[in-house]
Amino acid sequence: MSSVESAVRPPVAKIKKRTLKQRLHASGYKWAPYLFISPFFAIFTVFGLFPLLFSLFLSFHYWEPAAGLSAMEWVGIENYTFALTDDWFQTSVYNTLWLALAAGIPQHVIAIPLAYFLHTSFKRSRNTVIGMYFMPFITSTVAISLVFTTLFSRDFGMINMLFTSAGNWTIGDIQPLAWLFPTENIDWNRPEYTKTMIAFVVFWRFVGWNTVLYLSAMQTIPKDLYEAATVDGAKRWQQFWYITVPMLKPMMFFAVTLTIIGNLQLFEEPFIITGGTGGLEQAGKTAAMHMYITAFVEGDFGTASAISWILFALIAFLTWGNNKLLGEKK
Amino acid sequence: MFNKKKLGTVALALGTTLALTATSAWAKTTLTVASFPSFDLAVQSAIPLYKKINPDVEIKLVSLAYGDHHNAMTTALATGGNLPDVMGIEYGYIGRFASSGGLEDLRAAPYSAEQYEKLFSKFTVPLATGGSGTLAAIPADIGPGALFFREDIFTKAGVTEEDLIKDWDSFIAAGKKIKETTGSYLVASAVDIKDVVIRSGLKDGEGIYFDAEGNITVNNDRFKEAFRLAKAVREAGIDAQVGAWSSEWTEGLRRGTIASQMMGAWLGGHLANWIAPESKGLWRSAALPGGTYASWGGSFYAIPKKAKNKAEAWEFIKFMTMDKEMQIAAFRDLDAFPALVEAQNDDFINQPIPYLGGQVARVEWKNSADRIPAMDVHKHDPVAEQIINDALEGVLERDENIDAALAEAEKQIKRRARR
Repeated sequence: MSSVESAVRPPVAKIKKRTLKQRLHASGYKWAPYLFISPFFAIFTVFGLFPLLFSLFLSFHYWEPAAGLSAMEWVGIENYTFALTDDWFQTSVYNTLWLALAAGIPQHVIAIPLAYFLHTSFKRSRNTVIGMYFMPFITSTVAISLVFTTLFSRDFGMINMLFTSAGNWTIGDIQPLAWLFPTENIDWNRPEYTKTMIAFVVFWRFVGWNTVLYLSAMQTIPKDLYEAATVDGAKRWQQFWYITVPMLKPMMFFAVTLTIIGNLQLFEEPFIITGGTGGLEQAGKTAAMHMYITAFVEGDFGTASAISWILFALIAFLTWGNNKLLGEKK
Repeated sequence: MFNKKKLGTVALALGTTLALTATSAWAKTTLTVASFPSFDLAVQSAIPLYKKINPDVEIKLVSLAYGDHHNAMTTALATGGNLPDVMGIEYGYIGRFASSGGLEDLRAAPYSAEQYEKLFSKFTVPLATGGSGTLAAIPADIGPGALFFREDIFTKAGVTEEDLIKDWDSFIAAGKKIKETTGSYLVASAVDIKDVVIRSGLKDGEGIYFDAEGNITVNNDRFKEAFRLAKAVREAGIDAQVGAWSSEWTEGLRRGTIASQMMGAWLGGHLANWIAPESKGLWRSAALPGGTYASWGGSFYAIPKKAKNKAEAWEFIKFMTMDKEMQIAAFRDLDAFPALVEAQNDDFINQPIPYLGGQVARVEWKNSADRIPAMDVHKHDPVAEQIINDALEGVLERDENIDAALAEAEKQIKRRARR
């Protein structure tokens, strides 16, 4: 061993090179790493850490923001007790959870088989197809929401047109699809439909993203597992169910965590679709929107900060639950 | 060598430009004006004129979308940073901003604006008045309420303008007649009726949801009547059940399936420009039904306490709001109804409006502006409005009892307006 090493090593005496230790102690190396990392810390402190701590501080105060910083008034935990006992906040949390489930579950239930289908059925054109599914995710939420409000328009929307034409489809004297589809235009802005509409838009927007996540995880599953299963006579759905799904569990944990966080912070889609008000009877008002409205419409930044911390606690708790459910057991 | 030389020239040129801009900026005062569309058009057109009078003042207009602008102003006032010298404020925010204490009291010296207050439509000044008798802003334009209607549809249905504005029962009867004969809805939403009725019969100093002392005033006959009429309109089937500014709403107005709309006089401009330009000559303007006089929107100028150039800002505000020529120019070119009474009396008011079939509607709008009560605004008005709208939804859709809904709404407002 030693003879080989000495043969490979270049002659030491000729070039006077500093050792690694010496080099690390050179003056530049002492501060250079800090210099290079400093932009992150500077930006994080100004835009991340400071607002974080300030909002915590603010959540114990009453503050009329237009009156300036001096107008802050200590109120203890009153903002928290008010928010927790407030039925508007409770409604908004209920709406958020409803939307999180209604938009979240289908995302994964559809994304996993879809990813499997793309993984197994497309070879050359796969990237193009994935790109198409991914498109909604990289499109501006505002643009998407505006397009969907037009599609869901009561009198002139395409969706109502499709639904009612299916509902009113007649053979002879009977309408065979009337039990399933509406025969009259649906007013999607009515409280009973608002959430469904928002959930659909959110689902549509994120299903491609999850598909890409699952697809990338599928590509890491060793091929020999499938080959062995094929040799043993496992059918395609059996391979999916007994190999793909279990092997996807780490990715499921990751993707579901992202969905939980994203859906509980849902803001842009319902905000644009309901015109910033939360819709009739606040049926489409999410907790994040409630926070925004409390701050910028009602002018109560203290309570709004308290709401954001309650929301943070809720997300942390649900992520923990998700970890228990899908995370790796040690 | 070549590169270095070139670089040197560029640096020299850059340096000179920088130095030049620096000196010119140094000699002049830069006045920052923050505004929002389309209110900012008035500032835009005023800049060259103002420069002629005050060549030393450079005006920098910062314009953001309506919501963004007011959010930016809220945060600027909160932190005391990035404040403009002149702040444009819209009606919906004036209550909160005026009571915040973050704006200069224009009644105090050196402004002493009290002497100018009588120059404006009387209902505007109280809107900009803070709790302790301070004046936070000067009104620039107003939106007197009017009822726009399709005359051709009315004629077809045999309904006259008089039927519509006499009282609310006659209004509903007219609506039924229109629905039967033409199939058009009379109003876009029953909520509109509520919004007009809760503004009716107010005396000077009263607010819609709160009185001058901050007591909640929603559980009373004014609101009960408003809810009852809104429900009657819904039951009569004469409202299209669409919200203002939705695509159904604009299409309804364009196609004539919605035959009338109560709103600020500025709606005429929107109808003519983009909502229903093809219906030129078919629309008319009338007074609001039931002898109601109300305002929809309006804009103000204020000076933040932490502004840098207060004296120049005040001069500019006076120029924008009290200069008759400026106000008339805005009236003529931008169709912004002036808050300055002197400008309202300009001959422009007598000109027929082609879109409204040659009607001399501005005279009517001025008359209505004269009669709008000097209403008080409260910082919790947006909260109260949301609660009342939710309560009305329950009454209209789930047949809730009006008295119970209003009592509950009062409780809700009390709870939310806790500070």
